[in-house]
Amino acid sequence: MQLIMPVLLVVIFILAAAVTVTKKLLPAVIIFMFYGLVMSAIWLLLESPDLAITEASVGAGISSILFFVTLRRLKEIDPEKNDGQDVPGGSGGASGKGGDSA
Amino acid sequence: MEQKNHENKERTVSGYIIYRLACIVFVALFVSVMLFMVSGLPEFASQQGPVSSEVSYKYLKDTVTDTGAVNAVAGMILDYRAFDTLGETCVLYAALICVLLLLGHTRLKYSKAAAGYMPGRIDLSRESNPLKDDDILKVSMRVLFPVIVLYGICVVMNGHISPGGGFSGGAVLSGAFILYANAYGEEAAEKIIGRKLYTALTAGAIGCYCLIKSAAFFMGANGIEDPFPKGIPGTLISGGVIPLLNICIGIVVACTVYGIFLLFMKGGFRE
Repeated sequence: MQLIMPVLLVVIFILAAAVTVTKKLLPAVIIFMFYGLVMSAIWLLLESPDLAITEASVGAGISSILFFVTLRRLKEIDPEKNDGQDVPGGSGGASGKGGDSA
Repeated sequence: MEQKNHENKERTVSGYIIYRLACIVFVALFVSVMLFMVSGLPEFASQQGPVSSEVSYKYLKDTVTDTGAVNAVAGMILDYRAFDTLGETCVLYAALICVLLLLGHTRLKYSKAAAGYMPGRIDLSRESNPLKDDDILKVSMRVLFPVIVLYGICVVMNGHISPGGGFSGGAVLSGAFILYANAYGEEAAEKIIGRKLYTALTAGAIGCYCLIKSAAFFMGANGIEDPFPKGIPGTLISGGVIPLLNICIGIVVACTVYGIFLLFMKGGFRE
């Protein structure tokens, strides 16, 4: 039972590094959402349920929704800078002409 | 000409590698210095640390008798340190105003964009949410919306008995309205909460918090009777003014997050 705390901390570290290393933006936001979820579990193990509820609703829910909305608006403002990534439900974004991969 | 281009490319490639290495070295140095500083802190929950001093013991011992709230966190942030919570609520309000300044659509922006003043900018006539008429979302929202609102109200009202409180419950409540706005479109969401109701709720909730807590500045000490009874600890009607303050904070947080979401989606309420 005592082993779960270091394991979760290592997972947090890996997720945080993975967010910065990921090339596409949509998977990076999803990994960030998962980071918020694991953080909420860590708050529970540290015996603060108030913070766990708040982190689950704000970090893994609302902050990620705001990220998704921003991704949609970015893609529609500058259609010629499209990397060829698909945001589900994105309307009218030009599929990248000669999309250059990073 | 081609040789010079090739040389330039090689120089930029090696410069890029040196830049990356320097970044890694700098970040590793920074992280190691931070970890060294952190290792000098007292151990987690040790007896010599500032966490286990007599101040926290006093608060944990006297919360139920002083404030009537079983949840010590709620008793701390809404009774002992209620003035700091007022500052935090004002910070939320200030964040909403900042996002409104940066992203809000005003009549000026509408007219200038229509006149072609800002080329390539946001197309205001376009429907901004293509998921508006999705059937799965609508049917599931019909079931989920009352459940989420009920859960949010439960978390807010039980802030002094169980973990939760105004901040968590407000975030859950705002989630319900965000989902509704996504499923049924922003016009249908505006029939529930329009511009006037939204302004009245946000400003009124902070004002109510100020008034209720300012009354507590002048009462409950020096022989003046405290008009709000503490009640039996553990029941819903207990803890003095803490349930009312929780409701105010829940309303403020829900409106702030919902307003920020609307500003991100389409620039605020319709004119």
